[in-house]
Amino acid sequence: MPKIESVDHLTEYRRKLKASRDPKQPVVLVCGGPGCLPLGSENVAAAFKTAMAEKGLEGKVLLKTCGCQGLCANGVKVIIRPEEIAYQKVTPQDVPEIVEQTLVGGATVDRLVYHDPASGTACAHKGEVPFYKGQDPIVLRKLDLIDPESLDDYLAVGGYRTLRKVLFSMTPEQVIDQVERSGLRGRGGGGFPTGRKWRLARQAESAVRFIICNGDEGDPGAFMDRAVMEGDPHAIIEGMLVGAYAIGARQGYIYVRHEYPLAVKRLRLAIEQARDFGFLGDNILRSKFSFDLKISQGSGAFVCGEETALMASIEGFIGEPSPRPPYPAQAGLFGLPTVINNVETWANVPEIINMGPEWYAAKGTENSKGTKVFSLVGAVNNTGLVEVPMGTTLRQIIGDLGGGIKDGHPFKAVQTGGPSGGCIPEQFLDLPVDYDSLQQVGSIMGSGGMIVMDNTSCMVDVARYFIGFLYAESCGKCTPCREGLKQLKYLYEEITSGRGEMEHLKLMEDLCEAMSSASLCGLGQSAVNPVRSTLKYFRHEYEAHIKEKKCPALVCRPLLKYTIDPNTCTGCLACVRECPVGAISGIKKEAQEIDQELCIKCGLCYETCQFDAVKRE
Amino acid sequence: MDAERLEGILSKYEGESTDLIPVLQDIQDNYNYLPKDELKVVAQRLNVPLTQIYSVATFYTMFSLVPKGEHQLKVCLGTTCHLKGGQRLVDSIASRLGCDVGYTTKDGTFSLETVGCLGSCAQAPVMMIDDKYYARVTVDKVPKILKLYQK
Amino acid sequence: MPFQKLADQVKAPTIEEVGLYFNDIFVRAPMEYTLLQAARANGFEIPTLCYHPDLPSEGHCRLCIVEIGEAPRTRLVNSCTYPVEKGLKVQTHSDKVMHARRIVLELLLARAPHAKLIQDLARDHGVFETRFHIDDPEELCILCGLCVRTCKEIVGVSAISMANRTPEKQVTTPFKEASEACIGCGSCAFICPTGVIPYTEKDGIRTIWGRNFELQPCKVCGNYIAPKAQLEHWARLTGDPVETFFVCRDCR
Repeated sequence: MPKIESVDHLTEYRRKLKASRDPKQPVVLVCGGPGCLPLGSENVAAAFKTAMAEKGLEGKVLLKTCGCQGLCANGVKVIIRPEEIAYQKVTPQDVPEIVEQTLVGGATVDRLVYHDPASGTACAHKGEVPFYKGQDPIVLRKLDLIDPESLDDYLAVGGYRTLRKVLFSMTPEQVIDQVERSGLRGRGGGGFPTGRKWRLARQAESAVRFIICNGDEGDPGAFMDRAVMEGDPHAIIEGMLVGAYAIGARQGYIYVRHEYPLAVKRLRLAIEQARDFGFLGDNILRSKFSFDLKISQGSGAFVCGEETALMASIEGFIGEPSPRPPYPAQAGLFGLPTVINNVETWANVPEIINMGPEWYAAKGTENSKGTKVFSLVGAVNNTGLVEVPMGTTLRQIIGDLGGGIKDGHPFKAVQTGGPSGGCIPEQFLDLPVDYDSLQQVGSIMGSGGMIVMDNTSCMVDVARYFIGFLYAESCGKCTPCREGLKQLKYLYEEITSGRGEMEHLKLMEDLCEAMSSASLCGLGQSAVNPVRSTLKYFRHEYEAHIKEKKCPALVCRPLLKYTIDPNTCTGCLACVRECPVGAISGIKKEAQEIDQELCIKCGLCYETCQFDAVKRE
Repeated sequence: MDAERLEGILSKYEGESTDLIPVLQDIQDNYNYLPKDELKVVAQRLNVPLTQIYSVATFYTMFSLVPKGEHQLKVCLGTTCHLKGGQRLVDSIASRLGCDVGYTTKDGTFSLETVGCLGSCAQAPVMMIDDKYYARVTVDKVPKILKLYQK
Repeated sequence: MPFQKLADQVKAPTIEEVGLYFNDIFVRAPMEYTLLQAARANGFEIPTLCYHPDLPSEGHCRLCIVEIGEAPRTRLVNSCTYPVEKGLKVQTHSDKVMHARRIVLELLLARAPHAKLIQDLARDHGVFETRFHIDDPEELCILCGLCVRTCKEIVGVSAISMANRTPEKQVTTPFKEASEACIGCGSCAFICPTGVIPYTEKDGIRTIWGRNFELQPCKVCGNYIAPKAQLEHWARLTGDPVETFFVCRDCR
């Protein structure tokens, strides 16, 4: 790749690039996103390479591995352009058929496309699939279009167009004004108006300012930032270039959690490409604006998603948050004005500049503009990433896009916002999702995690799980969070082990009151949400655990009993081998028996048995 | 202490105190743990108190003060994986390896850990061995997967 | 109040000051003060545990919290770091504040049930027992961090720090071994509010943090001054020969 020295040079390069590409040329894009990768995208891509070569299609049909195509439940996904034929559940064995029938023959392979579960209609094209039809992608738009390791691909779809506009025909003040007017709010969960944050940083008196991209996505169940970092890394760089220009920063950091090695790799490559090309460094495109990016890796601490802890981590300290004020925009990294925004926030910026703030503000609700990416997971049929305008209802997301609850089970709750969020029951399914509405029902937007639960989930167990998670991740600096989580964990263990008392609930509520108001940072403050929301909407489950010593959903181990039905058991001994404490015994080929004294209720026998002979009550 | 080996890592950095965590990450990746003697040298070279290094090494879960196994086995216990029986998977693996979570097997092959979320929620339960992801891992699939790494 | 207005017009402030309200009473405070400093300067008492005027405040204990803002948009903040703001309304003993302080003390009572300071503070707030589970009845450390900050900022050697996160957070020397950086000065034990740092002296040896320090007797009167290591530290700091410090203050 050449080094671009000026805007004219860039325009020329773009022209040549466009001329060298045929928009009608068929392209096979194999999804290499977080859902499909573990299912074997690499093998599918390799199979395509071989099969296409055999048919002499090399050069005629392009083959790329792209980012997350969204409908992760049906991976490995393949999309064939320009028709947008959407194949799903593709295995390497299916590939020769696709090559033969579709690439050569021009027909679709019916069994590999989405079929509407009710009518059975085949939805051969992406636009026909309900999961995609209901979306309005801005941040996810390019993920199934480009090869994330190709800067040319990014340029070809209009990438880095903002640079010309921003660096040469807008003042930093005008950029901030546009972002403010768009109504963009922090997508990491805080929901703070992005434009205002930039303005505060710009106003802070300092010769040096920093910008940071928070890629520490720690909420279990959330992987939208991962998909963007892996699938469209240049969008983040472009957004940060705009932000750096707006607030007057010369140095930026992208903080990526340690558990995302592929994201680190892709971002590193993208930064190198951008630098070599001339988009990062000194005097970018001869605009006199200089900016460069560094990657900082997390080391395994959920609390480092908190702004001040993140900055402490970059500085080489433990990730303990600091009281605010001062806010990062006033005194952040190394004590200097710093703007920290989430991956999704940065990825929205280029389109806001390209299309204008009014275009963005026309989407969404009164106080929550634009779109939001949600990771819709759990007990829905169509799990994966969706991007919808703010104000879309839970019912639309879970029902229309998600395809309803899996296996026909009844809906129980949807947990939003990660461990800091609350569980929302059925009566609120028509809630239009935005920052304010979620808060009103005792939850939060968070980073966009949306975990759907059916009747096989125990809400007391869910709260216990989140408290356990937060307890292990809490930094330990302040009393209410450190000691409070320890006590909540203990209380949940008592309740789920059959030693709970009704006074425990009152104690939990008292404790939550103090934790939410007196904890130093958001981790401790919002740790109360899973507790409070489940106590409010699912109190009867708590009471069953306490008064009847029973877990209605059959989840809490100490309250379960496993027995073997002598009529169904074949004596195959599979469960005997699996039992970690040797509690199952009996003669081979005859009914086995579980010694209740030894049984630790782990459920491994239940999961192992192929004959449904192990009963759980 | 192999001074040359450590020098190979330190020479990549400017020697600023803010290089501490990247340096420790490199040492962890290279040595599979953070050896005490090496940390003392790092303290001098980066002009950082040993106490800060010790705090950092014990705060972040990526770092280990005792050698980790040859292969890092991470079972996801994110919300979706938890709801899909992640704990049973952990128990099964722990039982099979004879090794508790947070520890290394006697023969040093595996270190077993649980992680908050690996970001592949649609394929729960998920686990990672080194850089490779395994999806929809049910208890019965475990022996086959472990065999790939056992000597 | 007419006289207040007149008084304000006549008074010429020498430092730039800011006017704010504590419990609905108007006060003035220097611009660079924290709410805690401003409160105490004006006679409003706010309890603290991890605060010390000579150490950087970090907001660990949450006992010094106050309620700021106007209903319904109020929130609790720790007064030891929150800067004074023009016109800010601060409540130092509102219901919300008192409830949170009581829970904090109840939690600390469960953590360190025999710590006399905690017992006294709790009693002052009407907390006589704890409903919470007690893990280790012998625990005395409340993780206020005064020792760590003292060693780092005042003594300047940073021999101890906090290890781990919440589940096992504790103050310790690196690798829980005798620290090479420690000079045996005992400042940590001195500043500790609950007396948790063990420190013994016998036969001219002071033992602290697992290390024995030879105590240097005064060359004139023979009384012990301090550990030799500590005097050597002072010598390094001042550049003076170490023997200068071998004569105690009384004998000079």
